[in-house]
Amino acid sequence: MLTRIITTAIFAGFITAFAAALLQFLLVQPLLLQSELYESGALVHFGASGTGTTAHPDLPGFDPLRDGMSVLFTAIIYTGYAFLLVAGVALATEQGHEVTPRTGILWGIAGFVAVQLAPAMGLPPELPGAAAADVAARQVWWFGTVGVTALGLWLIAFGKSPVVWAIALLCLAVPHIIGAPHPDTFTGPVPPEIAAHFAARALAVGLASWAILGMLSGYFWNKEA
Amino acid sequence: MKTEAQVAVKSQALVGSNVLAIAFAAFVGVGLIAIAGHVQATTLHDAAHDVRHATGFPCH
Repeated sequence: MLTRIITTAIFAGFITAFAAALLQFLLVQPLLLQSELYESGALVHFGASGTGTTAHPDLPGFDPLRDGMSVLFTAIIYTGYAFLLVAGVALATEQGHEVTPRTGILWGIAGFVAVQLAPAMGLPPELPGAAAADVAARQVWWFGTVGVTALGLWLIAFGKSPVVWAIALLCLAVPHIIGAPHPDTFTGPVPPEIAAHFAARALAVGLASWAILGMLSGYFWNKEA
Repeated sequence: MKTEAQVAVKSQALVGSNVLAIAFAAFVGVGLIAIAGHVQATTLHDAAHDVRHATGFPCH
């Protein structure tokens, strides 16, 4: 069982990471680089001219060290996601449920909801320089939200009684009833147009990557059986 | 031929080791995500910076 879990998680995690890194470089990184021009003061929102600031500034090109680190850490993070997802797949298999590449996509989407979408409702993916509450408080809320959302989704999928489903809904709702830690004042220098685009793309890339991760987990899980 | 009790003991041990394997996998997963995504040590933070933002982790 352990060998099957490790093999599945490493293969699924690494392959997904390269797809995720490619999508991030194409769709997310340009917005990050653009926001850094505002964080550093090279560009100023509204500017001095009164006619606005260019939406198409020159961006720094490929940086081997910086971008190489991004690929490396994407691989570590997606392997971490894969270990969590495959742990769930193994537990479901143990209980007699079959997981295939097709149902794996559903597993992946559920993982995306637990790890990215639900936390994003309280703490949207933020650009460098965005105003935010204390990082430790946000991390506590983040981990708590991921944990109870995953539990809630599990209970919806595998629960068999209305009482269990009611508990599941409560699990999904509690983090948002408590509410995420937010800053007292807004001080972010980056135009909201970039921030909104960034949040939407970060989530879209997350969804695509998690769907791939779920499908590959289902595939390697059965290959290793 | 195995007695029923022997089979039961063996399958119980198997279930126990499976649960341990699953718990271990979950622990590794949380560990990797915490190290790559959440630890605030400066070197780690700087190296993982872009990915932390792009995956929506609380970064700074």
